[in-house]
Amino acid sequence: MNIAVLLKQVPDTTAKITISNGKVDENSVSKWSMSPYDEYALESGLKMKEATGGNLIAITCGPERTKKMLTDAAAVGADTLIHISEDKVLDSTQVQNLLATVINNNEIEVVLCGKQAADTNSGSTGPGVAELLDAACVTMVSEVSFSGNSFISVRPSNTGTEKVSTSGISVFTFDKGLSELRRPNVRGIMMAKKKVIETIKPEELGLGGDSDRIILQTQNSPAEKEPGQIFEGVGEIPTIVSKLRNEANVI
Amino acid sequence: MKFTIIAEMNGDLLHPTTYQLIGAISEIGSESIVICPNGKGSSEASKIKGVEKIISVNGDCFDLFDGSAWASVINSVCEGTIVASASPNGREIGAIIAAKRGIPIIQDVVAISSEITVTRPIYSGKATETLKINGDSVITLRPNAFESAEVGNDAPISIVDQTSDVRVAVIEAINKASERLDVTEADIIISGGRGMGSIDNFSHLESMADTLGAAVGASRAVVDEWGMPHRMQVGQTGKTVSPSLYIAVGISGAIQHLAGMRSSKYIVAINKDPDAPIFTVADYGIVASWEEALPILKSELMKLS
Repeated sequence: MNIAVLLKQVPDTTAKITISNGKVDENSVSKWSMSPYDEYALESGLKMKEATGGNLIAITCGPERTKKMLTDAAAVGADTLIHISEDKVLDSTQVQNLLATVINNNEIEVVLCGKQAADTNSGSTGPGVAELLDAACVTMVSEVSFSGNSFISVRPSNTGTEKVSTSGISVFTFDKGLSELRRPNVRGIMMAKKKVIETIKPEELGLGGDSDRIILQTQNSPAEKEPGQIFEGVGEIPTIVSKLRNEANVI
Repeated sequence: MKFTIIAEMNGDLLHPTTYQLIGAISEIGSESIVICPNGKGSSEASKIKGVEKIISVNGDCFDLFDGSAWASVINSVCEGTIVASASPNGREIGAIIAAKRGIPIIQDVVAISSEITVTRPIYSGKATETLKINGDSVITLRPNAFESAEVGNDAPISIVDQTSDVRVAVIEAINKASERLDVTEADIIISGGRGMGSIDNFSHLESMADTLGAAVGASRAVVDEWGMPHRMQVGQTGKTVSPSLYIAVGISGAIQHLAGMRSSKYIVAINKDPDAPIFTVADYGIVASWEEALPILKSELMKLS
């Protein structure tokens, strides 16, 4: 079984985001990491690969720096690495079309990704790719397994969680699950360094070009709050409660 | 410019966010077509100002959540710019409809102006970006970021029956969620961090939450280290929240936590350490231990009710 994991490299969640001239300054990002929810998708992909004897294909779309993340994925067990090489910021439709085309070209039966990436926090890619593949889609799952001819996954429901099944090609987006993420061992890291990364240009898929539908006007730091009032000790709690009640009207 | 709003439901009733979606579009001078999935809430929605007409979409597929099936049915009656709630279901349906139409989607918008320019948080609120959208798109709006539309209308309701293939089957309902309010739904959140000392001490937060009708949240540290449920986690790898009041107790305020809660309307922080970063975003800070502060805070709150 061919299992695809869609990975996105994002500024590490510990990284400060700096704005210069109305744009996020990517050069000032201290560390780039695999988006946290994608790590759970990868872990689940590795488990599924071990259970089914499948082939795990890690796919990313982004600039040159994202290849490091693919090598990291290989170090824990990804078999095939595909880098869609693109320096520009793409709109959601463009990203999904690129990913869906690569998935279609690799005869993939199941697609795993994070429920959202830690940069835009959108959560559009999984469901959008599912639509383009005409695949079933289950979002925010905590685990997925393959049994018989169907995929069994666990997702939140109105009353708790529920086990659902899908058959045929399926896309799952991952929330943080219970599973411990595995760490690479030395051998894995050495092998990963030798792994060839297949690089594809969007033009080769007939999908190059600029988006004129979403124009970035400006990026900014979040609005600074007025400095608050800090009180030493508990003496002012009655005043604070009264202000929350009478001035802020929030209680 | 045409706008179609996908009503957000809460059981058989409209979710309060639906009023905000309609209010946001009214604010930029347009009326909206409102789609009520499964026909629920359509008479309530028809009374909201700013609604041009209601399309009540009925179908078997609404019995369980399959985003593809819902999107396919809803998409058949959408036109123009499509607006939904940035809830998990709203995001998924929105993304599938965008892919069906080959139009872009911008999620989690917190400000919108006519012709259309939208602003959304990025990096979980460490920055924001403003985007100009050319042509039709799908946009999802963050709950509680927009003023609600008022009641006072009698818009016509049309009913459409649709069927769609459902590809997700529920095999087993597993466990019951806690009866507690979810942090993303709550108007008031009281969150605890490592400073609470141990998981058992969260009972003090829960009892205060009961007094306030609030949800209980947690920092990443206590979710990872003490095994609190991940659904309670507020922050960059948990929930992003913007309640009216956020009370942080024993939370130092790691950058990822601040990213998830800094857009709360009012923030109260209780922490022993006067240098805790949480105080940089607090409207009111109390430098004290939770053991000292919570009983007084609770008794003051009790006096109000």
